[in-house]
This record gives sequence, C-alpha cells and structure tokens, in this order.
Amino acid sequence: MTRNDLVIRVAGEAGEGILSTGQLLTQAALRGGFHVLTYSQPPSEIKGGHAFYQIRLNTYRSYSKGDDVDILLAFNQEAYDRNAAETKDDGLLVYDPSEVTPSADSHFVQVEFPLNDIAKNQLKFPIAKNVVAVGALAELFGLPTKHLDSLIEERWLRKGESVVQKNLDALRAGIDYVIENVPQRDRFALYPDKPHSGEILMSGSEAIGLGAIAAGCSFMSGYPITPASDIKEFLEIHLPKTGGHALQAEDELAAIGMVLGASFAGAKSMTATSGPGFSLMIEMLGLAAMAELPCVIVDAQRAGPSTGMPTRHEQGDLYQAAFAGHGECPRIVLAPTSVRDCFYQTVNAFNLAEKYQTPVILLGDTLLNVRSESVPRPDLHEVKVVDRLLFSENGNGVSGVNGEYQRYVLTDNGVSPMSIPGQEGGQYIATGLEHNEEGLHRYDEATHSIMTQKRFRKLERASLEAPEADRFGDPDAEIGLLTWGSTVGSVIEAIREGEREGLKLDMLAPRMLMPLPEHELRPFIESKRVIIIPEVNYVGQFANMVTSQYPRDYVRINLYGGMPFRVDRLLEQIREEVAQHV
Amino acid sequence: MSSVVTVEKRKVADYKGDERPTWCPGCGDFGVLNAVFNALSSHNFDPQNVIIVSGIGCSSRLPFFTDAYGFHTVHGRAMPVAAGIRAVQPDMPVLAMGGDGDAFAIGVGHLIHAIRRNLNICYVVMDNAVYGLTKGQTSPTAERGLATKATPQGASDPAVNPLLLALATGCTFVARGFSSKPKDLADLIARGVAHEGFAFIDTYSPCPTFNTVNTFKYYRDATDDLPADYDPTDFNAALRYAASEDPLYLGLYYQAEQPTFEDHIRSTKPAATSNAMTVVEGLFDQMS
Repeated sequence: MTRNDLVIRVAGEAGEGILSTGQLLTQAALRGGFHVLTYSQPPSEIKGGHAFYQIRLNTYRSYSKGDDVDILLAFNQEAYDRNAAETKDDGLLVYDPSEVTPSADSHFVQVEFPLNDIAKNQLKFPIAKNVVAVGALAELFGLPTKHLDSLIEERWLRKGESVVQKNLDALRAGIDYVIENVPQRDRFALYPDKPHSGEILMSGSEAIGLGAIAAGCSFMSGYPITPASDIKEFLEIHLPKTGGHALQAEDELAAIGMVLGASFAGAKSMTATSGPGFSLMIEMLGLAAMAELPCVIVDAQRAGPSTGMPTRHEQGDLYQAAFAGHGECPRIVLAPTSVRDCFYQTVNAFNLAEKYQTPVILLGDTLLNVRSESVPRPDLHEVKVVDRLLFSENGNGVSGVNGEYQRYVLTDNGVSPMSIPGQEGGQYIATGLEHNEEGLHRYDEATHSIMTQKRFRKLERASLEAPEADRFGDPDAEIGLLTWGSTVGSVIEAIREGEREGLKLDMLAPRMLMPLPEHELRPFIESKRVIIIPEVNYVGQFANMVTSQYPRDYVRINLYGGMPFRVDRLLEQIREEVAQHV
Repeated sequence: MSSVVTVEKRKVADYKGDERPTWCPGCGDFGVLNAVFNALSSHNFDPQNVIIVSGIGCSSRLPFFTDAYGFHTVHGRAMPVAAGIRAVQPDMPVLAMGGDGDAFAIGVGHLIHAIRRNLNICYVVMDNAVYGLTKGQTSPTAERGLATKATPQGASDPAVNPLLLALATGCTFVARGFSSKPKDLADLIARGVAHEGFAFIDTYSPCPTFNTVNTFKYYRDATDDLPADYDPTDFNAALRYAASEDPLYLGLYYQAEQPTFEDHIRSTKPAATSNAMTVVEGLFDQMS
C-alpha cells in the first residue's frame, strides 16, 4: 500500500536548531508538492528546555496535526523520553548515540544516527548538524534533492559559495547515511501522485497579518503576549510598506486605546492579543461599541484562566469574546477554521467592522496561530474590501436636519455616516456616554432605548451577511457535528475516517459566533436527529450558547488538557455517542 | 487687480460649541475653557482641523463645549487614544484635556509613556485635588490630610508633584498655569500647542463645590510667577523650582527639543509606499 500520510517530529533542546531543521524541511516539502501542516511545542521555560517541531506530510490535504509520530528524530535523552510514547508501533526512531540511550524493549525500529560525529569529525563543520538531519529526514520520505539544494543556495548564498557548498555536503552526508544504514526505508516514502502547484506556506498569525494588509488596515498596536506577538511583529515589518504603522503600546489598555484613536482619525485599525490581554481591553471594547468605532481585535486564545498555560491550546475565550463588558455591548465575533481561513476571516472582520462601525473580535488560538500550513494561494482579485460609509456634505445625503451633520443619525440598518477629523462640517464628539443623533450626551429614556436599538440593529443586519459556515461531510446524515474554530480540523478528519467505516456524519461550523447566524444554524439543527458539539473547553461555551438560542438535546464532547483533539479519540467518542442514539 | 489673500482672523466665538458647559457656577474650568478658545484663535486654527481628546471627569467634558472634533474617551485613557490619532494624523493639532484623577491616578501609567514617546500634543490637566463628578473624594494631588465631605478622614497619602513627575519622565515642555490668570494660561496653551513634542501644563482649576481649602484665594496667595530672568532650558533650575512649595510657581518651567513620536512615525514610512494588494502578492511570492 502506498503511504500518503507521514508525521515527522524533531525533538530536542530549545535553541538546538529544532525550529530551523523543521522549517527547512517544511519549505522543501512544500516545493516538492506535498501538503504540509506543522505543529510545534515551544518550551514553557525561558532558556532551553524541551521543544519539538512536528511536520505532517500528505499527498492530500490534511486538516489536523496527526495523532502519532511516524519518524522521531531525538537530539537528546529528554527528547527521546518525552516523545517515545507518541511514536507509532511501526514507527522509526532516529537518535544520536552520543546523546541518547534508547530503551532496549522499544516497540519501534531504532536507528543510530551519529549526527554530532558526522558534523564534527566527518564534515569538520559542527553547526551543520541540522542540515545533516534535514538530508536524512528528506531521504527517508523520498523528497527529491533539488528542492533542498535550491533552498540551501537561497538561504546561504549571502555568506558565500563555500558556505553553500559546505551545507550541500552536509545535506549529502545525511542522505548517504540513511541510504547506507536505514533498513526498509522505502516504507516511509511518500509519492505525491498529484503534486500541488503554487501552494504557499504560512502560519495562522501570518495569514492574519496578510489579511489585515489586504483589507486595508493601516494601523496596528499591540503588547507582547504569547501566542499573538507574531502578528504584531509581522505587521511592524510589513505594514509600513503600505504607509501604515504597527506600534508596541505600554499595555493592552493603551493598545486598544491607540486603535480607537486611529480609527477615529480615519484608519482601519486592529490589535492582536491573547486572553489575558483581551481581558484588559474589555473596558474600551465598550467604548468602541458605544462610540461606534470600527476596529478588529484578534484574540489568539491560550489555555486556562489568569496566566494559565501560555503555550498550550484551548478554546476558552468564546464567552469572553461574545459577552464581555458591562452594559449591553454589541460586537461581532468571527472564528476562522484553518490557517487559510485566518486570511479570509481577517478580511471579513475588517469589512464587517468598517461597514457596521463596530468592534469585531477574531478568535484564533495557539494551534491555529502558531502552525504553518500549505494553502492554495488566495486570489486577491476575489477579495472584496469594504470601506466605512463617510459623511460628505453633498454626497450620501444622510446628513441630519437643516443640512447639519449628525454623526449618529438613525437609519434603517443602524449605520450612520462617519466623518474624519479635518472634514468640514463633520465635527462631533466621540463618546462613551449615551448620546443623541448629534453625539451629545443625553440620559433620557427615549434616547437610550432608540440608540440601544440602533446599535443592535447593526448586528442583526451583520448576521445576515455572515461569512458562510464551514461545511463538511454528508449533508443528508442524521448525525450532525456542530463545532467552531480550529477544532474543525480534527472534526473533518474524524468524519473522513468515519466515512471509511460507513459512518455518515455532517459538520457545520459557523464562522460568525456572535451573533449566531439564524439562517445557518436553524436549518442544520432542525434537520439532524443527533447533534454532537465538540470543543476544547470544560463548560461547553459554544454548546451553551447554541442551547440557549436553540433549545434541544445536544451531545457535548469536551477536552481541556491544553491539547487539541486527537482524531482517533474523537472518532471513538462520536462512535460511542452514535451507538447510544440508534 | 491685487491678489492679496486676506485670512480672516477667527474669534473666540468661532470655537464655541452649541452645548453650554455643565460645570458648577464658579468652577475654575470656565477659565481654562476660555484660555483654550483664546489659544486656538491665536493660532487661527480652523476648528475642523483641531482634535480635543479627554478622559472622564468634570473637566473632561470640555470637548463637548467646543466646535472642534473631540474624543471623550474613558477614565484615564486619553493619552493612548491621542497617540493613535497622532499616528494617523501627525499634522493635526491635538489637545488633551482632563482632570488630576484622570492624569495622576487611573491614567498615570499612560501619562508616563505618552511623555516618554514625546507625543506631539498639548496636555492641560485641570487640577483641583478632588474628584468632582463623584462628589468630592480627594485625588493624588490633594495634600496629605485634606479632608472633604466624601473623604472625611482626610487624604491618606502624600500628594504627587505633577511637575517633578513630568520632569523626571523626560517631558520636553513643562508648565504650570492657573485658571484665574486666563491671559497667561492662554499664552502657555498656545505655546504648548506650538511646541514640537509633549507639552504638559498642570493648571490650578479650583473646585468651589467640593474643595473648600484649595480655593481661588488660596492659589492667588500661594502662587507667584517664575522670575523674569528664569531660563526654561535649565533642567536643574526646573527641578528646583518645581520642588518649591512656597511659593508655587506659575509659568514655563522647562522646554527642550527632542525627537518626537511623530518623527518616529514618519521615519518608519518608506520613501515609496505600495498598494496593499501589491504588498500582499509580494509576500505570497516569498512564501512559496
């Protein structure tokens, strides 16, 4: 049987080149036409500590990180000890005998690979250890050498021909070692029968940054936090190319404050943070909703309350995104379901924020933001960019009585034209106080009622324009899986596995979670005999939101250990539930 | 035919908004508002080209009483909002107005960083040592022991010295004004607006309702102008005079030239910028 799925994990001490080994291999595999999806676990401690980088290679598109490891490259004993259990029975351990003493009764094939010795004594080029490893791993799954040769040239040409040659020699040494020393290595070979062409490799954080630029974002402010800092760093480099700016604020309160100032001044603006930072932003989330200022807030969720587990995965911020804030504070929440979707939902987030002059929260998470995926290159001609409705004296005619501009003039869809400082006749005061159509603070019963309706009317309209939900599976299946965000990846693969054994399943994952789009949820919920809601949190935040809006019995599957769903266990749980509901 | 363009000089009335101030009769903030009008008219700014940012408190209502663009933010957060505005509109004059609670209690963290950034705005703190909107609790500028109706035991902590705070943080324009000296105050605000960098003007603006100690008379007796030969480029002199408790000096303590936040913003922009989609296509190319 030809293999079409391979999981490689490179594990060792952080800073030992785990990341560079993994990234080089990933990039080369992309060029070889493989679908790639990475998963990494940075160390929890500051210096050193155990880390790994995992690459899943497929001849078809995959959606999850892969449950177990086929090939484990262990740089040291701790890497071996921690990862051996996740290596498959028919897997392969490649280890450096100078660092690792493997257990004698291991369930998988173990092959010595004297990495340090090859680099130091054979090549006289100790830092090439990682390139030796890349050569060996590439040879194991049969990646044509040309992809690595060209990458090595691109990467080291700046340092001169001799450095390029030394690295090419290192690559060759790795390849040769495998050819001479690994028995039955053909069993790991992958043959992409239909290699993809033109796919690109990006992380979720990069996809969000790219989506922001494409949507016309010109201002970003953030405060360092795992796992969202990458977005800020990406935009600090690339936003100025369009004339925009990304800044580091003194804290998250300031970050969102700057974003609202920038939005008031006319810029499409965003911030990116994780749960703890989002907690600090909630005060001004209310101001954005009240003053009707467009803005996008990315919450790349991590695990646990308080500081929790900064490098681990959880879908625990849905309540916070959907409900946080005092008073009745309307906002839109979007949740992308894959790396590629991060690009599109970021564009949608800006479009909705600008069109409806309201904060939009984009819920990423550790899994989605950190991993890299090969994705079809987005066609920018298909990307529609929406700008805010602007006040113009003779233009859109939505100005107030006596021809005077009214910033919060009541309209059918609740959207009032905005003015930009400098616009003649457009002066108004943006305020968090309740205000009348002119923007002047008023506390009377009629004003608060009418303005509350206005603000929520925008949300009702927005829900009709929700980005289409993610669907997968058999639309006629009686068993429905209702889920959200990055859990979609595991669910899709569970459905695909289930299909092979005759299990008929259908998935709906709304991309808009607040408000929940009625036209997508109701038909799905009403057409399924059993609905299962898997999500990575303890209380079933999404399940509770769905239940309160569409009361009926739902089966919940919750996971809350800081890791995403394994496909095999998820399928097993689905099978059990299905069996109980025959 | 002559082609002389006459620019009409704007008057105070041109900056007044439709809303009448909500302050108590006798409030110091009236004088500050007037000084703001006079400062703006001295620059002959078009009201549509001025932005006034404020926090929360009696004094922070000020933008509502003007005809400028305004952003009445939340308590303590006027500084970051002003920074966001300046990042996008680095050429539009921005005034920040607020009270001492806003500036030195809930917002002091942001104040320090706005000063460090040398954000090119003029921040006028209307300082009355109490929280008026919540009925008279003492603020960080209240002297230890100052008792009010809402703080009957008296302020428990020593007062912040706003000028020393600003000087120690690297502020490039540090001044103290007094609401009952409207001409001097208008002049300070006008100079603060013209200053390239963060202009900080702590302004005594007595609260006749909740602070019966720090009254107009109190400040008239306690204050004195900085000496005529005072040199505002002398940092050490600024520290000495700022530390003085008797008298409390009024005027411009310190002014210096330093790179501004806006300089940084302009410097990060490449000479030629590209269309967003071109940038994204270029990045896609690098990702293959």
